[in-house]
Amino acid sequence: MESGTPYSPLAASEPLKYQESDLKSEEMIINVGPQHPATHGVLRLEVISDGEIVKDVVPHVGYLHRCFEKHAESLAYNQVIPYTDRMDYVAAMNNEWAFVMGVEKMLGIDQEIPKRVEYIRVLVTELNRLASHFVSIGTYGLDIGAITPFLWMMRDREHILRMLEWASGARMLYNYIWVGGLFYDLPVGFEERAKEFVDYVKPKLSEVETLLISNKIFIERTANVGVLPLDLAVNYGITGPMLRASGLKFDLRKVDGYSVYPEIAFEVPMGKGEMGAVGDCWDRNWVRYKECLESVRIIEQCVEKLLGEHKRTRAFDPREKVPKKIRPKAQDLYVRAENPKGELGFFFRADGRSDQPFRCKARGPSFSNLSVLPEIAKGCMVADLFAIVGSLDLLMGEVDR
Amino acid sequence: MKFEQIKELIQSEYSDAILGEDENSSPNALIIKAESLHQVCEILHANENTYFDQLSCLSGIDNGAETGTMEIVYNLYSIPHNLHLMLKVKIDRSKPSMDSVSDIWKTADWHEREAFDLYGIHFNNHPDLRRILLPEDWEGFPLRKDYVEQEKYHDVIIKWKMDNN
Repeated sequence: MESGTPYSPLAASEPLKYQESDLKSEEMIINVGPQHPATHGVLRLEVISDGEIVKDVVPHVGYLHRCFEKHAESLAYNQVIPYTDRMDYVAAMNNEWAFVMGVEKMLGIDQEIPKRVEYIRVLVTELNRLASHFVSIGTYGLDIGAITPFLWMMRDREHILRMLEWASGARMLYNYIWVGGLFYDLPVGFEERAKEFVDYVKPKLSEVETLLISNKIFIERTANVGVLPLDLAVNYGITGPMLRASGLKFDLRKVDGYSVYPEIAFEVPMGKGEMGAVGDCWDRNWVRYKECLESVRIIEQCVEKLLGEHKRTRAFDPREKVPKKIRPKAQDLYVRAENPKGELGFFFRADGRSDQPFRCKARGPSFSNLSVLPEIAKGCMVADLFAIVGSLDLLMGEVDR
Repeated sequence: MKFEQIKELIQSEYSDAILGEDENSSPNALIIKAESLHQVCEILHANENTYFDQLSCLSGIDNGAETGTMEIVYNLYSIPHNLHLMLKVKIDRSKPSMDSVSDIWKTADWHEREAFDLYGIHFNNHPDLRRILLPEDWEGFPLRKDYVEQEKYHDVIIKWKMDNN
């Protein structure tokens, strides 16, 4: 703020990092967001540009801060689950599961969960992973000017949302996975519907591949843009499809092998730089597309198990292992799970005296994934900046928590 | 490399850095002296047998006004060796400060800003220590156990009482 400018509450609460005096001649500060269709939510970018060249980007976050960690400290463990839904709200099942897994580990019941429950958990989270990747791929097309794929992906995502609504009663924020079990068994006919959906979505995915991923215009627009080298990615704590796109075969479902994932066959796709350099925007989207195919494979196997080996019985009670009282003994625990966007971690401290966590820190994957943006956007064109922001697959609900 | 070996490795370089270990933690935790944390992290990151290349999580903890301490917990992970390690440091609550590890892991940059924002922990040598989630002119540090929210923020009433209506 220059002296002489009138007091503005905005300048006091959300000041820019750069001052006018920091700029060289011909450089300017452009403010993007917080309300902007290309920022996927309420992300504000302070862009320092010299003509068309981006000199620096400063992300300003916190516009969707809903005090998750403070709330968690005053709520019982099972009451925190709906709050975790609201972090990554397009992949709520995955958030719930990571949280629930942590609490189960603290209680020491993580090995006692019935197999059918575990398979249902894998099924619904993989469905949700598909939905999340559909949003990501669809809106990415939208960001760089392709409207049709977005509509197609939203149409296919609707099938998933309706299925999950059938199971849990809510379209996006489910509260379906409970500590020690599930809210309810799958509705009768869900497995058959999932089978039908798999048959439906397979050709749709190859359509998207022809329409968007291998489209020449799309490739020209994204290949060699926003290249993220592997060493930088690891140093910045990048996880998930972004890390895999940079050329590391690292998937927590394989590495940690939690739940029933060791029993399921699936591949971990990784960026090979087929259209440009390894770790460019095209690679990131291609990895997400490939992961969709793998998720479909996992869903197929789950449905098979749920109709065969672990089929519905009259005696099956999804709440059998749900503890009446959740009071873990005093301990610190860090738990992590593979979310559509990367590693979602929860750090818990239980004091052993109450039903509420003493401290519950959420490590959202988008939070770390966004922090690398200034590094990879430096020196690119302003138009490419939005291609890069879109390829990070940010979800501000998770960055700000 | 086993937990015991990691402990020996740190002790061979800095004999007084480890204050103890916490068996109630998962993954296993070492309690490190606050002054030597940065050096310990440097060894763990550089040694080729540990090579903790990823800082998964950095969390601040407030133990409350009665204890007079705060804690910072570092969750390290080594991708090539598949190793987990938790490091804990205890700091003085009245003037919380800590050496930044953002020169070792860039992840720490934003996580430390978050701890600064919500706990008021000052990180020395941090390149860009500004509030991250809350507005710059917010008063107090919300995740402290004795936090009381301000009455008004830019003429917006924050604490609604029933008789305000």
